Amino acid sequence: MAIPRFWREIGSRYNLYGSKCGNCGTLDFPPRTVCPMCGRRSVGKMERVKLKGNGTVVSYTVIHDAPVAYEMMKPYVLAIVEMEEGCRLTSQIIDVDPATVKIGMQVEAAFRKLGSEGEAGVIHYGYKFRPAA
Amino acid sequence: MTVGIVSYGGYVPRYRITPEVIGAVWGNDGAAMGKGLNIRAKSVPGPDEDVITMSVEAARAAMARAPWVSPKDVGAIYVGSESHPYAVKPSATIVAEAIEAAPVMTAADFEFACKAGTAAMQTCMGLTLSNMYKFGMAIGADTSQGAPGDALEYSASAGAAAFLIGTERPMATINHTVSYTTDTPDFWRREGQRYPSHGGRFTGEPAYFKHVLACAELLSKKTGLKPADYDYAVFHQPNGKFPLRVGKQLGFSEKQIDTGLLVREIGNTYSGAIMVGLCAIFDVAKPGDRIFAVGYGSGAGSDAFDLTVTDEIKNLKKGLRTMDSMVKDGVPLDYATYAKYRGKIMMLGS
Amino acid sequence: MRDVAVIGIGETAFGELWDKSFRDLGIEAGLMAIEDSGITAQDLDAIYVGNMSAGKFIDQEHVSALVADYSGLADQHLPTVRIEGGGACGAIAILQGAMAIGSGLHDIVIVEGAEKITDVSDARAGEILSATADQEWESVFGATFAGLYAMMARRHMYEHGTTREQMAQVAVKNHKNGSLNPNAQFQKEITLDTVLKSGWVAEPLTVFDSAPLSDGAAAVVLCAMDRARKFTDTPVKLLGSGQASDFLALHDRRDLTTMDATVVAGKRAFHAASLTPEKVKAAEVHDNFTITEIMAIEDLRFVKKGLGGMATEEGETALNARVSVNPSGGLKARGQPVGAVGIAQAVEIVRQLRGEAGKRQVQNAEVGLTHTLGGTGATAVVHLFGRVN
Repeated sequence: MAIPRFWREIGSRYNLYGSKCGNCGTLDFPPRTVCPMCGRRSVGKMERVKLKGNGTVVSYTVIHDAPVAYEMMKPYVLAIVEMEEGCRLTSQIIDVDPATVKIGMQVEAAFRKLGSEGEAGVIHYGYKFRPAA
Repeated sequence: MTVGIVSYGGYVPRYRITPEVIGAVWGNDGAAMGKGLNIRAKSVPGPDEDVITMSVEAARAAMARAPWVSPKDVGAIYVGSESHPYAVKPSATIVAEAIEAAPVMTAADFEFACKAGTAAMQTCMGLTLSNMYKFGMAIGADTSQGAPGDALEYSASAGAAAFLIGTERPMATINHTVSYTTDTPDFWRREGQRYPSHGGRFTGEPAYFKHVLACAELLSKKTGLKPADYDYAVFHQPNGKFPLRVGKQLGFSEKQIDTGLLVREIGNTYSGAIMVGLCAIFDVAKPGDRIFAVGYGSGAGSDAFDLTVTDEIKNLKKGLRTMDSMVKDGVPLDYATYAKYRGKIMMLGS
Repeated sequence: MRDVAVIGIGETAFGELWDKSFRDLGIEAGLMAIEDSGITAQDLDAIYVGNMSAGKFIDQEHVSALVADYSGLADQHLPTVRIEGGGACGAIAILQGAMAIGSGLHDIVIVEGAEKITDVSDARAGEILSATADQEWESVFGATFAGLYAMMARRHMYEHGTTREQMAQVAVKNHKNGSLNPNAQFQKEITLDTVLKSGWVAEPLTVFDSAPLSDGAAAVVLCAMDRARKFTDTPVKLLGSGQASDFLALHDRRDLTTMDATVVAGKRAFHAASLTPEKVKAAEVHDNFTITEIMAIEDLRFVKKGLGGMATEEGETALNARVSVNPSGGLKARGQPVGAVGIAQAVEIVRQLRGEAGKRQVQNAEVGLTHTLGGTGATAVVHLFGRVN
């Protein structure tokens, strides 16, 4: 991913910053400029909010056919996690035996390498999830 | 004014490999190697872990233990390591963003083999004692490598520890610190080289022992205390034998050294070494406990610290992962997976 | 709005077509459709090109002009446009062409879809096809296209009891239909066992649960209904269309087991055509993965939500059963040259409604449906076609 594109979202990728609609209170991740529920009524009223990092697995898969950047990691677990604040995101589940992942599993955010632009390129870091302690 | 450790956080990756498994690949008696080194297993970082990810985990744990500290008051962050992911671009800036201390603060990376983390501690002491900043974060972290088939492969492991240093509400005061530094080429890695080199038996007497003993003596002169006055002692742990030997020579008992001697289960975490041991001690220490700590970094030098645990230790947030639970939460690997994770297999483009 | 009819169809074989370039494919399908329709170049008013990623697959943008040029139409100076909407681009192109005719702007247009995928490596092709997912919040975190569909499958199994065997039946059925289609990429039948035992792509989806990478092109000539009989005795009328969008990222959707875009697009199309799902005898739905067909037949209301797997298992969607789903073999067996998909689906339905489908003819087909998706369901397009007597 191009350097500025990744860098621009560091606040959300490192620290799970989302947005809260000043009109209806819905929390979105990643942050939005316009609330999907309120439309124009929310413009200018979106607040920056940090998610706590705790969530539940809503669905998951074990990826075997991986993109080149993930050759070292396969097979790896991809999941949709519903955060305790209500919003959902897509991430990997790590530090777990793939065979033990279940819908409903509690997970917590961890900080891991997402990849890099080759051996000489910038390294990308961000959230992944591990089974909650 | 007193300065000390305000909060601490440690991190050990989950994967392990034993001397037996390593020895089997290279035609050595792995069990004997393990016994000789007093190492039962060493920690291995996962393929998506590195010094930066581990430093962030440790730093976040330190901040979580002292929730009264605002990240914006952390004025300096230093990451000491000999396996920084970048040769140029500091690990510390990423940690700074990840704990939201950025941007009004200073940062840099340190290198001094296994004592880069303690050098960072001393720097933070100076910055906070002089009132330049409220708090400084000193991190020691490594994903150290031993060359395939080399003796160091049995012990070089991965781990991180972060200490929040400051003068406000320390949970352990650093009463004295002293250092002993010489130009001694016992262990080194040239720029661009994948694996380090070492001087074999030269790494013992003229290196580790000379510096640790000299530094320990300097510290004792400053404090005027005897080994029996301490509850815990932690020495740099490149294997499970050196710290016990040097401790014995100085007059410390195995019991005092036991709690911090993590090398037996997770190997030598290099820059994190005595700091990771101190984390294990802090997990169980009580107010009033005294700690004698002497690190060592090849190249060479020692930093020594005399600490007293304060009442503040009771105010730290409870329920966070302890070193013991992380050490015990180990998943054993075979050599092939270990080699893959550690990048020892040449991939296309490498 | 004027009524619109299909007066000509054309499609290439689909597959790994090493000898054919993007230009070759586009022209081949286009010329076939023009031949089939009986029009001449001068009769054409505009060209609509459905193509998802020529820019990444062959470094070529501006394929609208390219297609016009290489079809020999450059000196006609026709208005041309390339339409992108993930995998739905071909179906959207049909809608755009139909709107132009319906509004009176044009009388006759050609709608072409083409994709040349196999010039790049498999790994690169996979990456490019995944570009329709959310790059910032799905792909960069390790999501693959198959991985996203696999999570829908997993949730469908969890909520509705759908089984791997039921999903595999979709592949078995579509390969059976494909074996009756000389243009299909795969023309051999397969067994349930083959699907279940094949290698994992992203659990629970295997290699045989997934449509292939394919090259290919298809085209239809659209004409105002009131002029259609000048060119053909078998015009097929576009009875109604519906298009809908939804959240881009799968994790933002309301329900992982339902594609709301399909539900809304379907309702819009049926409403526009004043029809209901039971009237549909032949349907070409988007089966890029087996689970996708199961969700589609539920979301199009051929069966109730959750019963798609069972209906497939019990043969309700087999050739000449209650509703023949993917008589062509679908994306699974006929092939998946992305930009061409929506148009190839229309070509098949038109063939079926004309009674020209040979061994895979759906008997008494009067109304047919096409369903095409973009991304993981952020776009859906449904067209209903009818035989005009």
